[in-house]
Amino acid sequence: MTGTRRPYVRPVDFKAGLVDMSHGSGGRAMAQLIDELFVEAFDNAWLREMNDQARLPMPPGRLVVATDSHVVSPLFFPGGDIGCLSVHGTVNDVAMAGARPLYLTAGFILEEGYPLADLRRIVRSMAAAAREAGVPIVTGDTKVVEKGKGDGVFINTTGIGVVPEGIEISGDRARPGDAILVSGTLGDHGVAIMSLRENLAFETTIASDTAALHGLVAAMLASVPGIRCLRDPTRGGLATTLNEIARQSGVGMRLEEDSIPVRAEVAAACEFLGLDPLYVANEGKLVAICDPGDCGRLLEAMRAHPLGRDAARVGEVVEDPHHFVQMRTGFGGSRMVDWLAGEQLPRIC
Amino acid sequence: MKYVDEYRDGALARTIAARIAAAVRPGRTYHFMEFCGGHTHAISRYGVTDLLPPSVVMVHGPGCPVCVLPVGRIDMAIELALREKVVLCTYADTVRVPASGGLSLMKAKARGADVRMVYSAADALRIAREEPGREVVFFAIGFETTTPPTALVLREARAAGLSNFSVFCNHVLTPSAIAHILESPEVRELGTVVIDGFVGPAHVSTVIGAQPYEYFAEEYRKPVVIAGFEPLDVMLAVEMLVRQVNEGRAEVENEFTRAVTREGNARAKDLVAEVFELRRSFEWRGLGLVPYSALRLKTEWSAFDAERRFAMADRRVPDPKACECGAILRGVKKPVDCKVFGTACTPETPIGSCMVSSEGACAAHYTYGRYRSAA
Ligand code: SF4
Repeated sequence: MTGTRRPYVRPVDFKAGLVDMSHGSGGRAMAQLIDELFVEAFDNAWLREMNDQARLPMPPGRLVVATDSHVVSPLFFPGGDIGCLSVHGTVNDVAMAGARPLYLTAGFILEEGYPLADLRRIVRSMAAAAREAGVPIVTGDTKVVEKGKGDGVFINTTGIGVVPEGIEISGDRARPGDAILVSGTLGDHGVAIMSLRENLAFETTIASDTAALHGLVAAMLASVPGIRCLRDPTRGGLATTLNEIARQSGVGMRLEEDSIPVRAEVAAACEFLGLDPLYVANEGKLVAICDPGDCGRLLEAMRAHPLGRDAARVGEVVEDPHHFVQMRTGFGGSRMVDWLAGEQLPRIC
Repeated sequence: MKYVDEYRDGALARTIAARIAAAVRPGRTYHFMEFCGGHTHAISRYGVTDLLPPSVVMVHGPGCPVCVLPVGRIDMAIELALREKVVLCTYADTVRVPASGGLSLMKAKARGADVRMVYSAADALRIAREEPGREVVFFAIGFETTTPPTALVLREARAAGLSNFSVFCNHVLTPSAIAHILESPEVRELGTVVIDGFVGPAHVSTVIGAQPYEYFAEEYRKPVVIAGFEPLDVMLAVEMLVRQVNEGRAEVENEFTRAVTREGNARAKDLVAEVFELRRSFEWRGLGLVPYSALRLKTEWSAFDAERRFAMADRRVPDPKACECGAILRGVKKPVDCKVFGTACTPETPIGSCMVSSEGACAAHYTYGRYRSAA
């Protein structure tokens, strides 16, 4: 499309150009940026219509909607950047209902002075992630705030999907006796981000695990349609996710520390930083709760998928009027795995 | 990581647990105070008490740097942080400690104070370099472990001729605090606190060595076993203490030989002596004024001493009424003895300092152990 239609005298300067206030003004500069950056990268029939909204066909089933704003700092990190993260995060939120994600929207808040070259890298990474996930970005919005009022780029994405009748996945469905599974190693994303924070500069080979999980979820549902709960343990990590589900379902949980997969490098970095990997964010992992009878089959299905290779059963749901999450430590004692108090580290997603 | 895993090995833990169970004499109890918050945290986090026989009771001590900061010192820090041009650099835990008037450094930050969280004294020095137009103050807290790094950045600041950097010094000393507890009426006359021995500090002892504890062992007839911060270290120390008690010995033993010597680290001690001197007395939360228990900058360093540079007035403010932190820090009470534990006072809404740091007895019990007391 770029070859045939060139209404602008000079193309956007993606080499040395910077975001300025005109890019959010609604005028020609904004239209040009949308054309030459966003439409070009996200390219699909709905965007090409150039309307302020997208009209979408919906397959049968119940609609699932999720939204997520991304403010991660730094914007680029080992294993990803804010662009692909903003696609994965929302695709995953939709997928955790057992839904098939269909469409995404994207809202950008850009800070005046941000290099257009970096913005293009982010947008292209976002486009690649959306294409790989098979979920088009069908409409969007761009605003520019004055220098000092933002931090480079913030991205909000909203995802729409459908969940077929018969799939009932919800955080309030865990029952005593159910098995608790995780899809892989915990804490990778959070540690990758922290390794870049200026005051925590230390060497690590850990990359963020950021990934879209709807393919894994589909494979899991094909094998066990009766999965009771799914959730991606992002901010606050596994500990927070399990406490949420315990409260929603009115149950307690018992974990086995030795069975929780954590990479040795992540464990070492956490040790050094005084963090607990159970509270560190993930962007490409999920927690599943299922009937104990389904556990073996579900684990098998997870391990057969590239994003669930290290899946493990980490504990079980128990009856507990206090809704405590407890853990048998590798050391042989017991302790609680409580809600996180305060922030472990800000702006990791 | 492997190095650390060895000290968390469950199979080894069970072996030691069996040895301790065999060693304890029927009909007697053993009360050991773990001085350090690092031990308190390890005990709760790994569930060490589950592996000890019921006759071994661990009593939490005052060795949590954030917990022992009295309200008055936090108030002083807030006042300083609210001054124009000042950037106050502090460890993350400290910002949540409740101060007077419902304030904390975090709330002061929301009101416009420039409070920055740092991971080390060196981070604060870097900020001073990067922002020459600001008055950068490092809120220095902690026991002997954190003192040498503070001394080091002061030396660097002086060598670099940095005129916008200073330290609000709250460094405190372990031996004086232990002596103070052993001298307290609860231990000496009332007998409300029984202490049969101490699990001695890990990191602190790497600096000061094992020798300073010899005095307590001898004078007060209390065994001390210096132990590392891993759960197996604690188990081994308990075993050594049980044996000392059984044999009527009161010696300083060192479980943490991989890091602690009798003399400690001479270079670190020299560095500290170059910059700091003893204060005549210093207020500790829970312990009150403790003579010669803290450090301040020597006169030659007064240009870097925030208290002198900003003519900060000393403040003494009583603890909140409901709070039992004082009694808890002296080993007199347990977290659950406090009426507001877990109700009005939680890690999200701390009333006392012991609920703030993960090394604090209340926070450790709330976070890791409250299922034990929830009937
Ligand atoms: S529960 Fe809170 S108020 Fe009570 S002693 Fe502990 S910190 Fe102080």
